[in-house]
Amino acid sequence: MRLDTTYTVNTPEGIALELSPAGPVPRTLAWLVDLMIRAGISLLIIIVLAFMGNLGLGLAMIFIFLLEWFYPVWFELRYQGQTPGKRLLNIYVAQLDASPISPAASVVRNLLRVVDFLPFFYGFGLASTLISKRFQRLGDLAANTVVLHKSLPVLNQRDLSASPEPAPLILSLPEQQALILFAQREATLTPERQQELALFTENLVKNKTDPAAYLRSLASWLIGKQA
Amino acid sequence: MKQSIFVQMNESLWHQLEAWLDFQDLSRKERSKRQAEQPSLDFPETYRHICHHLALAQSRMYSPLLIERLNQLVVRGHNRLYSSRLHFWHRLVEFFLRELPRLVRQERKVVYLAASLFFGSFFSMMLAIQIQPELVYSVIDGEQVAAMELMYDPKNTSRFGREREADSDVLMFGFYIRNNTGIGFQTFAGGLIFGLGTLFFLLYNGLVIGAVAGHLTEIGYIQTFWSFVAGHSAFELTAIVLSGAAGLKLAEALVMPGRKSRRLALLDNSRIAVQIVYAAATLFLMAAFIEAFWSSQAIIPPVVKYVVGLSLWALVLFYFVRVGREQRV
Repeated sequence: MRLDTTYTVNTPEGIALELSPAGPVPRTLAWLVDLMIRAGISLLIIIVLAFMGNLGLGLAMIFIFLLEWFYPVWFELRYQGQTPGKRLLNIYVAQLDASPISPAASVVRNLLRVVDFLPFFYGFGLASTLISKRFQRLGDLAANTVVLHKSLPVLNQRDLSASPEPAPLILSLPEQQALILFAQREATLTPERQQELALFTENLVKNKTDPAAYLRSLASWLIGKQA
Repeated sequence: MKQSIFVQMNESLWHQLEAWLDFQDLSRKERSKRQAEQPSLDFPETYRHICHHLALAQSRMYSPLLIERLNQLVVRGHNRLYSSRLHFWHRLVEFFLRELPRLVRQERKVVYLAASLFFGSFFSMMLAIQIQPELVYSVIDGEQVAAMELMYDPKNTSRFGREREADSDVLMFGFYIRNNTGIGFQTFAGGLIFGLGTLFFLLYNGLVIGAVAGHLTEIGYIQTFWSFVAGHSAFELTAIVLSGAAGLKLAEALVMPGRKSRRLALLDNSRIAVQIVYAAATLFLMAAFIEAFWSSQAIIPPVVKYVVGLSLWALVLFYFVRVGREQRV
């Protein structure tokens, strides 16, 4: 059974793209950020235009109407699926197949936000994100869109520095991959944790004084480093 | 092939594509600010190469970090290659001169249903009040009825006796846009709760508007009321009906999905419904404009207002019935 929430999309080039939908928590935070920005802008508009009397109030009402309904649409279409809040949380809206969101889809998902908001504070929306496979709220289901994590820039592809050492036994491909990944993640793990993880390989590191370093040497050999 | 050799051989191509994609992401302003030159690159071909690299990296089980890096490049390239080009103005003209009236005719079932719900409740309320005048208090409370009477009182010259200042016209314009269009959008969205929201807004608005019209007619404020609403009625009432039709289209997908799954039916129907919503929003905007800048002008004689109002109804009907049909040979 799959535990993570990623899913794959097959492109016309025969490539499987891996995508990771964003759950309710980052989305709520992004929404709160956007809410504050919108409130700020509305306040500013009212303060500035109030000096112009009824004319200003009329204009202010038009602006606030646009902010209420079309603020997300504008940003999603203009800035690769990201409102300022989503940009801060590093998530973006896209069609289910990861292509950029279409104008019609953006309008649909944002007008239907009203229903997601029912019966109070995004009750239906939350229920829908939890039930649906890809964290889609009702508006997303109708518009065929999904909110995805924008992957962080990949960790630096540091060259493995350990001197290569041939493996003493035949390793399967997933095992090789695990060793290379272990070596590349050196900087993100504490030395103790590295040793602890290395010991899980049991037979491979039997009688080694520094299991982690030994595994790194194996990894260097696996990626084809010359001694 | 070992991973390090693979990286060595192809890395320059990845950097080229990265640079090209970075350039495409810049806005026009930033480009001129940084004086960036478009890197020369055969994008589709490079993209296919990199798809190939990703496939190789996956099947050879290279480091997940390398695969992830290529995956990201491919996602960015995919988005760039398959983003749709917009011919905005052409599409706009095409939409309003052909597609929209055709779509409304094609979806006439939901349009008729929405219209009969709305106008049905409107006319029955209006007629019922001619027979039972106190019925008005069943949908509108007494204070509001009194305010309304004051507003349309023929003896009251504060509003209709003289010109309203131009700036309060703008105020009302903003108010009508925000209020009416908002109600329209909610009527549409209410379709997603199995049509209950749409049903409520159509009937409720029909009853209230019917009560207002019925009551003011019954107490004899005929000229002030009807000449005021004549101008924008065509656009506004049609817009309400179309919002309702769009909502019912959503509801149809959930209540009677036919042989599709509910999910698929909802996707298909929402694509249609959103176009009807565009039409409703446009009509709301035009109605707000007329209501603020034309209907409120007391200087225009009522006869002119009635004639204009009727012509606008004729125009709306003509648009939805005739426009966009191919010429018969």
